[in-house]
Amino acid sequence: MADKNYDVIIIGAGVVGSMVARFLSRYKLDVLLIEKDSDIGMGASSANTAIIHAGYDPKPGTLKAEMNVVGNQMFDQLAGELNFTFERRGDYVVAIGPEEFAKLESLRQQGLENGVPGMVILNGADVRRREPNINPEVSGALWATTGGICDPFGVVIAAAENAVVNGVTLMTDTAFQDFIMDGKHIVGIKTNRGDFSSRWVVNSAGLYSDVVMHKAGLRPEFKITPRKGEYYVFDKAEITINNVLFPVPSATSKGILVTTTVHGNTIIGPNALEIDDKEDRSITREGLDEIWQGAINLVPSLSLRYSIAEFAGLRPGGNAPCENPDVKYNKDFIIEIPKQVEGLVNLGGIESPGLSSSPAIAVRVVELLKGAGEKLEEKSEWNPIRRARPRFRDMLPTEQKLLIENDPSYGRIICRCENVTEGEIVAEIHAPIPARTYDAIKRRTWLGTGRCQGGFDTPRVVEILARELGVSPLEISKKGKGSEFLVRPTKDEEAE
Amino acid sequence: MLKEKYDVIVIGAGPAGLAAAIEAKKTGAQEVLVIERAQELGGILQQCIHNGFGLQIFKKDLPGPAYAQRFIDELAGLHIDTLLDAMVLNVTSERRVYATSRWSGFVELDTRALVLAMGCRERTRAQIALPGTRPAGVYTAGTAQRFVNIEGFMPGKRFVILGSGDIGMIMARRLTFEGAKVERVLEIMPFLTGLTRNYVQCLLDYDIPLQLHHTVKRIIGNDRVEAIESVQIDEQRQPIPGTEETIPCDTLLLSVGLIPENELSRKAGVSLDPVTAGPFVDEKMQTSVPGIFAAGNVVHVYDLVDWVTQAGLLCGRNAAQYAIAERKHHGRRVKMKAGDNVRYVVPHVLDKESLAESAQLLQMRVTLPIEEPVWVEVMNGEERVTRKAELYVRPGEMVNIDIPQSAYDAVQRASELSVRVVRR
Amino acid sequence: MTQEHRKFICITCPRGCALDVTMEGEAVVKLEGNSCKRGVDYVTGELKDPRRMVTTTVRVKGGVHPLAPVYTESPIPKPRILDLLAEIRKIELTAPVKFGDVVIANAFGTGVNVLASRNIPAKSEAS
Repeated sequence: MADKNYDVIIIGAGVVGSMVARFLSRYKLDVLLIEKDSDIGMGASSANTAIIHAGYDPKPGTLKAEMNVVGNQMFDQLAGELNFTFERRGDYVVAIGPEEFAKLESLRQQGLENGVPGMVILNGADVRRREPNINPEVSGALWATTGGICDPFGVVIAAAENAVVNGVTLMTDTAFQDFIMDGKHIVGIKTNRGDFSSRWVVNSAGLYSDVVMHKAGLRPEFKITPRKGEYYVFDKAEITINNVLFPVPSATSKGILVTTTVHGNTIIGPNALEIDDKEDRSITREGLDEIWQGAINLVPSLSLRYSIAEFAGLRPGGNAPCENPDVKYNKDFIIEIPKQVEGLVNLGGIESPGLSSSPAIAVRVVELLKGAGEKLEEKSEWNPIRRARPRFRDMLPTEQKLLIENDPSYGRIICRCENVTEGEIVAEIHAPIPARTYDAIKRRTWLGTGRCQGGFDTPRVVEILARELGVSPLEISKKGKGSEFLVRPTKDEEAE
Repeated sequence: MLKEKYDVIVIGAGPAGLAAAIEAKKTGAQEVLVIERAQELGGILQQCIHNGFGLQIFKKDLPGPAYAQRFIDELAGLHIDTLLDAMVLNVTSERRVYATSRWSGFVELDTRALVLAMGCRERTRAQIALPGTRPAGVYTAGTAQRFVNIEGFMPGKRFVILGSGDIGMIMARRLTFEGAKVERVLEIMPFLTGLTRNYVQCLLDYDIPLQLHHTVKRIIGNDRVEAIESVQIDEQRQPIPGTEETIPCDTLLLSVGLIPENELSRKAGVSLDPVTAGPFVDEKMQTSVPGIFAAGNVVHVYDLVDWVTQAGLLCGRNAAQYAIAERKHHGRRVKMKAGDNVRYVVPHVLDKESLAESAQLLQMRVTLPIEEPVWVEVMNGEERVTRKAELYVRPGEMVNIDIPQSAYDAVQRASELSVRVVRR
Repeated sequence: MTQEHRKFICITCPRGCALDVTMEGEAVVKLEGNSCKRGVDYVTGELKDPRRMVTTTVRVKGGVHPLAPVYTESPIPKPRILDLLAEIRKIELTAPVKFGDVVIANAFGTGVNVLASRNIPAKSEAS
């Protein structure tokens, strides 16, 4: 058993685990946040639509609906405190033709039931005025003014960083293996990097939340079925859609949308394909064709010529029935302190709208702990503010000038498409949660996401990472061990 | 030390930019600046260490760096300013250039003529929507070339190359030379897309198999490329089921085309041809924006560097001539300034000689309404050049005043004229 | 005498004629596919003494880059290419390297020099 006794160990540093860590960092608790990957936010949080949903979509009475609406309302304050990018620009459910228009009202009613404020039904002419690129056969839209978009990587990083600055210990490359039990009490966990004891464990393992809870003997019938969603990203210089456009949802899915991002790119997707492999983020021809067909139904003028990236994400879809027996729904979130074991806060099936719900889930975890008798005492020194680091491309020329005068490394552009500077990269390598891989820097700075997809910056980033970390370029990887960029020096004895 | 105003600024120090800068200087442009984002001059030629350059211009078969060195040496003797390791962030249609570098900081430069010579970039796996996983080990041929030839590192041991473009074939030989195994070159088209001589000397000479009508169906491997699945393509470019083959490899190189790099051109308001993805140019290599020229792969993708150089020379000569003509104007122009209660004046600049031909109309809007008789006055400091009476002025109504030909002498003395609206 | 067919692609010009050569022993008895007489010269060269330019890199100590590109001043016999590459792999130059510096003189007695393709300034020199 490790020498340190934690009060709380959080398994999984995705958006939910990071948000729980951040909200728990407020109290006098020793908290350990572990992550199996080389960086935080590499699982379900690594690829999504980046939308903070208004909350009209989940079935009324479910935890999904409640967490979504509460979480959405928390985002203004949270973005202010944690300084991630968040824009509450509203979203649109776009109806094409009269049949779909009729469905908007029932969607609005569902939103009202869920407590969503500020929903308006617009006619076709209104929608065309707001989004000139829309399918001319548009018949109307449900405009949800509380919908928003955010930097989804920024949310995870800011929350985890604020947690760390407030005393939470983060260990990456640390994989949960099993619980250490004393009777029905959980007293710690085993990992690939040793055992850690703790009074509480939070299961926020995302795609692996079923595996974790089964180790505690809980909910043997619960199963995460990864649902893959694929996306196209477009060149912002060529295609500008300024809104978040959903189709009218089907019974099973919110559908394929066309949306803008806080980085200014238009993205389309996702489809929804249930798969077995929890690591399969491959892109398929069929999937890309499917999202393309869906997207041009909303915006016919899109052109694949201007696609600059494709990616896929996995939603950790569960099969938990809604706690409320009156609501017939079996894909609800699990947020509970189960009775069968002691010392576990069990989260599961946190799929979409998981990002939107994450702060509400964190608050619920705090409440559950209080309800279980934890005297959560606030730290006087807790600092809710996480300051943003300079972001060159978002600055005015006068600000850029000043920044470079203070630190000339901000004058050297490393990523030509997104104008990311050496100063920003170095700052992330030495941040409270250090970025040590190419993808970690990419998620934090948006480098390599433009039209050349890293062709220009990769050799330069490898060089900077090696220099700043004091290692050989041969050790620099894309996303952790096994994904190194280079195999040997050009002039090596190994070559015959 | 950078100057605030140049005759010719060239963006990009590849073969087009070097030629343009040298020729501009030789044509008579006095202040010439080359801005380059790499740490040295020469552009992509520095990593193209293979021969085949210069047969047209020098009647010699030179390696890329040797070809570049000739221009670099010539440029060094011509007192041309260079700004290296620098990125141009923005260019306006008035030819103001915003650039930044570690060494210069953020600079704003004006130029009488501007040459766009940013070259082109490689198409990526995303632009051809290549299915499969997204591991390390997928590189464009040019990025791999930089690692191998400049940085001094091999990006893999077993390669498959997609695309029979010249860079792909040249890299196949280059990697073989350094002890790597090139398993296959795949080409989706039914024909070779690069030069025949490269097919013979890079692939045939080293028994590297080329498969036409084949492409990558998907990439396999989560962390690092483990294999690719290839597939044969029919005449309609559709995969033929049953022809799939898994080829174990740790690296996939892409040589699938080049795209002129025109993000700055767009910012400068230059019209682009959707077919070439480069600017529309006239016979002088001038773009749709007067005083902005373009040369080399930024206009359209060439297959021989010699022709890029020739385009650069032509462009540099014309840019210099434009700048020299501009310079003659300079000093004979007077700036118009908005004085008391004037929000703006159009035109912003007036050629002093224009008064020799006719009176010149100034148009303006006032800042605040004055509902009583006013003078609209054109001043050179305290000296009144001309004035006109109005009964009232309002922001919503444009105010016009002519500078009469009789003011010719007064205007010659001025470097700036201000226009004001004052109560009578 | 039995006839043997050999195929070449002429690379004297970009046209790239596919040449079909009929041989009896060492002798060319027929050449088909060429569009001009340069095809004949090409085949003769490829049969008697095929030569290639070789370009590669060599290690540099103390330079702004770890490698310097080098090239053979004129084409060398094709069978010697791999030997030459092995020889070059053993060499380490010291910066500064100048364009045209002789890296290997008279490689394998072929009379061909290996030269540096560019300047590689020393690290301090550049900063």
